[in-house]
Amino acid sequence: MESDLNRFRKIVRGKIKKELRRFISSGDLVGRQGNKRITIPLPRIDIPHFSFGNREKGGVGQGDGEVGDTVGQGQPQPGQGQAGEGEGQHSLEVDVTLEELAQILGEELALPNIQNKGKENIEDKKYKYSGILKKGPESLRHFKRTFKEALRRSISTGDYDPDNPVIIPVKEDKRFRSYRITHEKVANAVIVYMMDVSGSMGDEQKEIVRLTAFWLDTWLSTQYNGLERRFIIHDATAREVDSDTFYKTKESGGTLISSAYKLAMKLIEDNFNPHEWNIYLFHFSDGDNWSGNDTADCMKILESSLLPISNMFCYGQVESRYGSGQFLRDLHKHFGETNEGITTCQIKDRDAIMDALKIFLGKGR
Amino acid sequence: MVHNTQLTPELRDLAASIQEAARRAGLDFFETIFELVDYKQLNEIAAYGGFPTRYPHWRFGMDYERLSKSYTYGLSVIYEMVINNDPCYAYLLRANNMVSQKTVIAHVFGHCDFFKNNYWFTKTNRKMLDQMANHASVIRRFIEDVGHDEVEDYIDCCLSLENLIDIYAPFNQAARNVTPANYEDETEHYRGEPVHKLTSSRKYMDSYINPNEFLEGQKQKQEEKAKRKKNFPENPERDVLKFLLEYAPLNSWQKRVLGIVRDEAYYFAPQGQTKILNEGWATYWHSRMMTELHPLQDSEIIDYCDQHSGVIAAAPGQLNPYKLGLELLRHIKRRWDKGQFGIDYVNCEDPKKRSEWDKQLGLGDKKLMEVRKVHNDITFIDAFLDEDFCHEQKMFLYDYDRRNNRYVITNRKFGEIKHSLLGQLTNFGQPIILVKDGNFKNRNELLLEHQHEGTDLKHEFTTECLRNLFKVWQRPVHIETIIEDVKRRVSYDGSSHNVEKI
Repeated sequence: MESDLNRFRKIVRGKIKKELRRFISSGDLVGRQGNKRITIPLPRIDIPHFSFGNREKGGVGQGDGEVGDTVGQGQPQPGQGQAGEGEGQHSLEVDVTLEELAQILGEELALPNIQNKGKENIEDKKYKYSGILKKGPESLRHFKRTFKEALRRSISTGDYDPDNPVIIPVKEDKRFRSYRITHEKVANAVIVYMMDVSGSMGDEQKEIVRLTAFWLDTWLSTQYNGLERRFIIHDATAREVDSDTFYKTKESGGTLISSAYKLAMKLIEDNFNPHEWNIYLFHFSDGDNWSGNDTADCMKILESSLLPISNMFCYGQVESRYGSGQFLRDLHKHFGETNEGITTCQIKDRDAIMDALKIFLGKGR
Repeated sequence: MVHNTQLTPELRDLAASIQEAARRAGLDFFETIFELVDYKQLNEIAAYGGFPTRYPHWRFGMDYERLSKSYTYGLSVIYEMVINNDPCYAYLLRANNMVSQKTVIAHVFGHCDFFKNNYWFTKTNRKMLDQMANHASVIRRFIEDVGHDEVEDYIDCCLSLENLIDIYAPFNQAARNVTPANYEDETEHYRGEPVHKLTSSRKYMDSYINPNEFLEGQKQKQEEKAKRKKNFPENPERDVLKFLLEYAPLNSWQKRVLGIVRDEAYYFAPQGQTKILNEGWATYWHSRMMTELHPLQDSEIIDYCDQHSGVIAAAPGQLNPYKLGLELLRHIKRRWDKGQFGIDYVNCEDPKKRSEWDKQLGLGDKKLMEVRKVHNDITFIDAFLDEDFCHEQKMFLYDYDRRNNRYVITNRKFGEIKHSLLGQLTNFGQPIILVKDGNFKNRNELLLEHQHEGTDLKHEFTTECLRNLFKVWQRPVHIETIIEDVKRRVSYDGSSHNVEKI
């Protein structure tokens, strides 16, 4: 059965791949956590037979009711029955973890695995319960070992009565779990998401940004164990928020992009030593900055501070009705279209999210 | 992994005493072997159609996953499973309580008796357990030789056509065993003596015994016969799979796989043909056993009732075969016990007299045994579903109301209900499709014909199936059917589909 199941899962994987664009552009999955299972509906996988088209077909039923009454519609239950008989039509629901989905995404987009920059000098303490001690807190008492000790003692002292096998442990019988501290090298990557939430960004634009950020995050999570994330939203001023706010907030105001870059810089200086961390910066905007001066500021910050310390700086520009899209052109003018350190992409609509992911992650840096 | 599938001593005794009671009641079955399995094993076996070993195929994996999921979420529990085989194998779910086990064991003996005695099962292979295992090893060998993907893709094609069999073929061997030698004889005969005459001893009587019109008629008949012979197949062939096996350009492993799929389809066919009667019969017997012949203890009655009512619960808008079968069998027993049959009863129109009709014949049990021996669902419903039963059971017809996007009850007329029910059961719910011409357009193309009986084929499946059929026949394939009241021919030529009016 295992092998049949695996064959089936392989087919399902193929189906998911086919439908991936749809999943990615639908917002249902946003906000899910990495290792939880998610259920995604797929069109039923089936072997076609010459059969009757039974939609809108009547039949014979049984029960009370006048002519013209509605027939309650239960799904036909598979339930009891002999083998080999038909069941009701179900659409197929498949459980996958988000991680698996990210893997499928990686396969489909042929994403390269990300090269770690060799900055592996952060160590983390891990506590592992692996030993047994005679002393310890009651909460760590090892029941089985304690019982065994007590049993051994009572048999050897002749207290044990097979007809009334009551075992009472005394203090000396007690055994406790003990832990050992291990040092582990941990992944050391931080992603800073920056999003323009100014008035010119409509709901749909924000949604696209969120979706893109979500899938980026999902993919990068599979590449680094304990990935750090920071979220910055900005209009005329920038502030750091938690992921929930990032994914859900609705604000409006003017736009000063430099504010976000300054905050990102400060964040990194304060928390993440560029020598130790792989740093990914993603910025999403509709490209409508308030003033040319500010844009010049941005370029300066990027050139002098952000680019040298980050693995990658990605700029995704969503198309909005109000946005001029000027910032992307400015970036290109300043850095050239094929700058190593900067990856840019225009995201026209939801369908383009897949392509954006491909561009952002295709370099494997 | 080795699983202990042996019954506990308690269950073993129970099975023995229920078996004893069943035999006393007149049930006659193959030796029945019960195995105790956990839900995982049961789901596995159920996914394999009741058999412990099947050939490798992803579809079983899919069924398994669906069964396990619906078990995990508490949507459904498989109570019993039994294989038509000699000996019969039946599986008991380890986690069931004792009342369920009793009911299931009694139910299983009902099925076993049915398998052994029902006419429609007489042609099935009673060593199917071994046969399935053989099929599995044959296909595994092909997979090793040819490659997993190729074999599996091909099995997909065959399975897609598996319902194109002639369910009556196993019972109609004589008519089909016309050897080619016979054709030869006839042809020569035809050449020697063009028109078949009746013999007359006196010449002058000849024009009376064989008048001109008669001779003309004979001649025409013979011409038609000659014409038919040019057809290929001579008569439309319902066993499409057989036709493909004989004439499709398949290599040896493909032929064998198609043969295996066909064998298994024929094995499972009677179960589709007798669903109502078979389940009704088993339910009838577990009900009688639990309440009468091998009674439960007082403390068990509530649990039993709870379970039994679950089995025969009728959800609105659908027919529960367990309930329909059970009620109809009880109806028959009542009628034959009271002598409510025969011309007098049928012609009696006085409702009072009819309802009080009781000749105290007590023929019910005997009649039931006969019913289980000769009937399948269609003949069962046709012969015994009468107007009284229809009203008693509150049967109705429902249909889809387009305007309000829901199903509504359309009427409660006996004639229409019965007609619709029989229609549903015809060819066990599958469309009737025949090979009409194996040399269509004189270009070795295959033409199938769908005998339209009011319901159109599901179009997207039709095109998919044609694609699969093409893979087997390897020349363009066509099917004639009716789509939205217009006769059309759907074709597939290896690259594209085409629908044309004819």
